[in-house]
Amino acid sequence: MSSDDVMKGDSSSMNTVVHQSTTHDSAARHATGEAVYVDDIREPVGLLHVCFGASSCAHGRIRQMDLSRVKAFPGVVAVITAQDLPGLNDISPMHTMDEEILCSGEIHFHGQALFAVAADCRDTARRAVQLAEIDVEELPAILDVEEAIRQKSWVAEPHEMKRGNPARAIEQSAYRLQGELQLGGQDHFYLEGQVSMALPQEGGDMLVYSSSQHPSELQHLVAQALGRADHAVTVEVRRMGGAFGGKETQAAQWAVIAALLADRTGRPAKIRLDRDTDMISTGKRHPFRIRYEVGFDEQGRIEGIDLNLAALCGMSADLSAPITDRAMFHSDNAYYLPHVRIRSYRCRTNTVSNTAFRGFGGPQGMMGIERVIDGIAAQLGKDPLAVRRANLYGGEGRNITPYHMKVEDNVLPELMADLAESSAYTHRRKEIAAFNLQSTVIKRGISLTPVKFGISFTTSFLNQAGALVHVYKDGSIHLNHGGTEMGQGLFIKVAQVVADAFGVGLEQIKITATHTGQVPNTSATAASSGSDMNGMAALNAVNKIKKRLVRFTTKKYGVEEEDVQFTQGQVWMGEQSMTFPELIMEAYLERVSLSATGYYRTPKIWYDRETARGRPFLYFAYGAAVTEVEIDTLTGENRIRRVDILHDVGRSLNPAIDRGQIEGGFVQGAGWLTTEELWWDQSGALRTHAPSTYKIPLSGDVPEEFNVAIWEPGVNREPTIHRSKAVGEPPLMLAISVHSAINQAIASLAPGQALPALDAPATPERILMCIQSSGKP
Amino acid sequence: MSSAVRLLLGDRLVEVRDFDPQTTVLDWLRLQAHRTGSKEGCAEGDCGACTVVLGELQDDSIRYRAINACITLLATLDGKQLITVEDLASDDLHPVQQALVDHHGSQCGFCTPGFVMSLFAMAHEDRRIPGESGRAIIDEGLAGNLCRCTGYAPIVRAAQEILAEPVDDRFSRNHQQTVSALRAIERQQGLQLEYQGRRFYSPRSMEDLCRLLADHPDAVLLGGGTDIGLWISKQQRILSTLVYTANVPELHRLEINQEQARLEIGAAVSYSDAMDTLCALYPDFRPLLSRIGAVQVRNAGTIGGNIANGSPIGDMPPPLIVLGSRLVLRSATGRRELDLEDYFIEYGKQDIKAGECVEQVLLPLPEADIQFRVYKLAKRFDQDICAVCAAFALQLDGETVRSIRICYGGMAEVPARARETEGVLLGARWSQETIGQAMAAMAKDFQPLSDWRAGSEYRMLASQNLLQRFFLETTIAEPVQVGRSGLDSVLAVGAAGRS
Repeated sequence: MSSDDVMKGDSSSMNTVVHQSTTHDSAARHATGEAVYVDDIREPVGLLHVCFGASSCAHGRIRQMDLSRVKAFPGVVAVITAQDLPGLNDISPMHTMDEEILCSGEIHFHGQALFAVAADCRDTARRAVQLAEIDVEELPAILDVEEAIRQKSWVAEPHEMKRGNPARAIEQSAYRLQGELQLGGQDHFYLEGQVSMALPQEGGDMLVYSSSQHPSELQHLVAQALGRADHAVTVEVRRMGGAFGGKETQAAQWAVIAALLADRTGRPAKIRLDRDTDMISTGKRHPFRIRYEVGFDEQGRIEGIDLNLAALCGMSADLSAPITDRAMFHSDNAYYLPHVRIRSYRCRTNTVSNTAFRGFGGPQGMMGIERVIDGIAAQLGKDPLAVRRANLYGGEGRNITPYHMKVEDNVLPELMADLAESSAYTHRRKEIAAFNLQSTVIKRGISLTPVKFGISFTTSFLNQAGALVHVYKDGSIHLNHGGTEMGQGLFIKVAQVVADAFGVGLEQIKITATHTGQVPNTSATAASSGSDMNGMAALNAVNKIKKRLVRFTTKKYGVEEEDVQFTQGQVWMGEQSMTFPELIMEAYLERVSLSATGYYRTPKIWYDRETARGRPFLYFAYGAAVTEVEIDTLTGENRIRRVDILHDVGRSLNPAIDRGQIEGGFVQGAGWLTTEELWWDQSGALRTHAPSTYKIPLSGDVPEEFNVAIWEPGVNREPTIHRSKAVGEPPLMLAISVHSAINQAIASLAPGQALPALDAPATPERILMCIQSSGKP
Repeated sequence: MSSAVRLLLGDRLVEVRDFDPQTTVLDWLRLQAHRTGSKEGCAEGDCGACTVVLGELQDDSIRYRAINACITLLATLDGKQLITVEDLASDDLHPVQQALVDHHGSQCGFCTPGFVMSLFAMAHEDRRIPGESGRAIIDEGLAGNLCRCTGYAPIVRAAQEILAEPVDDRFSRNHQQTVSALRAIERQQGLQLEYQGRRFYSPRSMEDLCRLLADHPDAVLLGGGTDIGLWISKQQRILSTLVYTANVPELHRLEINQEQARLEIGAAVSYSDAMDTLCALYPDFRPLLSRIGAVQVRNAGTIGGNIANGSPIGDMPPPLIVLGSRLVLRSATGRRELDLEDYFIEYGKQDIKAGECVEQVLLPLPEADIQFRVYKLAKRFDQDICAVCAAFALQLDGETVRSIRICYGGMAEVPARARETEGVLLGARWSQETIGQAMAAMAKDFQPLSDWRAGSEYRMLASQNLLQRFFLETTIAEPVQVGRSGLDSVLAVGAAGRS
């Protein structure tokens, strides 16, 4: 990518396709039901349906597995166990070799896949699985963080970031505070469960349709399991019915199992997890236990802080190392921490392996520091907003993160001031105080919390992307890139970039499914990086083709390069023009190549994990939210009364799509912190594994006053695609304001006391119990 | 008796024969009819991604109701019109679809067909919004549809646009033809299906129903299927004989018997059908009824079924018990009547014999001075199963408690009266002091368990506090609940829409 390319992408000419609120490319097909998800693909003749048998204890050793009745069940075509695998029995994404496809002997969690069955129909496969007779020797299980720490049971070694001398700074501070916060996990609850269909091809090749955020990894893991080269496997992903990180690594196991059975039988094989199986057997957001000790001055300014983050990672490493790293990277959120130590413990437990989920550890890190700030405010009797402002990153001397990166693009002082004003924060805080004095049972609370979220994969090599653009003879354009569509609007955003660059309408662009045969070696569509990276890669491809077209035009028509403009479906050469298709046909006849690959690697970033120093992020995305809640002090029931959000997306590629991400992210975050409770019983079995027991937000949980605005002055100071900013993950953390506001409402019962220690999720039960323990009026 | 079901799929007559009577509508649509627009998100009627609309004759018109296809059996669709997302668009998108597109109401799109169908049903139910935003109406109508991407905001905006105007579409224009087509497949005799040893009976009279039960004592009675549907969709249970109650006219009776001063609720009356009548008698039923399941579940689920299945966490038994309801059981040999409270013996055991079925619930008409409330506690306000459901019925003589009945769900293995608590209150002064004593006494009534819905400590404390809430609601004017606002407008529009 040359700086030339960036500038061309940057300086939007007369074309008006980018920065427009274009509807999602599939919107009409979503609404008519024509949009095809993997389970909707017309089933090929001879399709086998796959189901797996799962463990029913958290830790144990298989003494004997008798599958004779399973095999004998009419309609069963094939049964496989770990002993039948032709390749490597591992699907660990970071080559930690600690996650088996099918259990080879030692069971590590309740719900682990032990064997798989392929049958003529779905119900047969499901019924057959129930006939297995499995004799297991149960072993002691580690089910929580405390026990894991006691046994030093890690999926990755503890890690530390440190700057200055926090112990001394805390010791010497005028005020001190310490506390603990427990954060629950979260199920992704994508509406479309995990699903894959594998079709055997000639010569041992395999074609896989999957609902996956990471086709390249899936390709590799299928090949590895089959004992073949990556080139033998092709993966295609048209769209996912939601993912949120839950299909970054978690899609692979099922695709691999389907491929193994397809390979073994020579027949196409499909696996679709029903909701219960999906929730029991796939990973979730990491629960955290956060302990803090902080020293601060009379203004509430933090002088020294010691943060201890213990994450429940489950039975394998999966992505837990980078996730817990990101929690550390966001333990400062928006605040300058002069002397800081952050320790991270990655606990291995006998539970399902936790994984990526929108925010990737960031939300947990931020919850810790926001709790600290609320605690400081309570101790000093100050408005928490004043304490937040006092601690924000500032200019020289107050702009270095705990990982030694300089914060250069902070817009929060201005953005938070705008939001405080537009939401009438100060006025409403007074009104609420007055309300609380006269209301017997109902108490209200309000909170304004900011978000600063680092953009880039913190594993630097992942920050690369590819695209493939063809222009056909009739001027129609085929667009392909390595990013996947999970509803976030990536495909339409990249199509807008391409249409803008060619100066054509969106109808000229054919958006195509992500396909490992078109763009290789892609990174997961994750870390909010989709449009930043794939938009740039696609633009790079377009610019290559345009360069050839310009060269051809100047040669043929004798005009200067700078006189050739692509706009409004025309190609202008000075005063003269021809339509884009006319030019394309001419170029074709003159044997100009009309196809190009594009590539992008994120500039500037580096990180040395050994010393915990570097610039892991190209830039930060910012936002802030004000939430007002009310609680019922008799029952703990609660409602969000009003939300105001101001969020910085730079120069938005598509304001409607971005607004959708902000609204949706906030509500998903609010669910994490309020109604969504994962409940394991004492044997380590998840008991909330369906929507009847696991409650994500409904329409009625979203307040009527839900004021969401994109921050007008926003522009990315880094040369990203059209100066936009990533928007996938950051808005989720705006919902920290919900939890904080609930805690404020509880705190109103005992003014002048220490901040109540409300854990998350703030269910009615946690709220009422918190009221009980922090003293009623 | 016939061997095939006949239905209108969209506006096309379809006859389905030789199929497993346990086949769900969703499986049939997706696997046989190749209509894959309706999605499976949960297979338990909680996510709404499979929402379809049923058209049924009601006098000279058609009533459209959203239901969950994943837990509805194809066999129960005999004589009805089934409308799926594929039926809506013709050359243009249907107005509901267009509004969702215009407001960016889909992201991943997987839940969208379900929202389309819920909104379609709302539009055809004429749940219009007079003047205001109608948010409460929309929230109630969409409480059965989960969306994980959008945060609902754009869907609500689309709904506001759709519900502002009366709907004018192919279905409203083809109304007469559809009525005729449904008339043509109306059945006078019962339906019997048999497939590889599995039987499905849909009798058309109480007499036939009783005879079938006598002949097949192991038969499973199927009402709305919001419970039994899950045995099939989630547990792969094989139910060799199903007897479907919804086509028995006697079981649909919902009548006030002035002579006996009671409302007689047939066992097959759905929550939706009962709602207006119940709320007219006892307006305090309304907040509870709007939170039982969601629209799709209330359209199918029956009050009789909620009792018959004996669940300790059913929402209806506590209020019905405190209001002194009785239950009528029917068999081929006759009827018997018992207090509803006595029906629940212990967990999984009810006072009902093989060959018997619930015929009616008898709800006394309100006495003039009765103060009645029912409170439901759950993690989520809408469409959740209760951790605790509490019902209170109080009559005062001046300040003295003349009668008090308190019943809790979720606190014991069956819906149970709080006898010790009642004992403290009866004859005592209705005062904060008495309430305090009664709250303490409740600890003797219940030893609740801990599970994923709530811990025992919370259940007890919150139950005691609900008595406090009831006391406050009867004594002070200030709001003491955080419930959904705008319920009054829901009630007004609901009544107007059905009139």
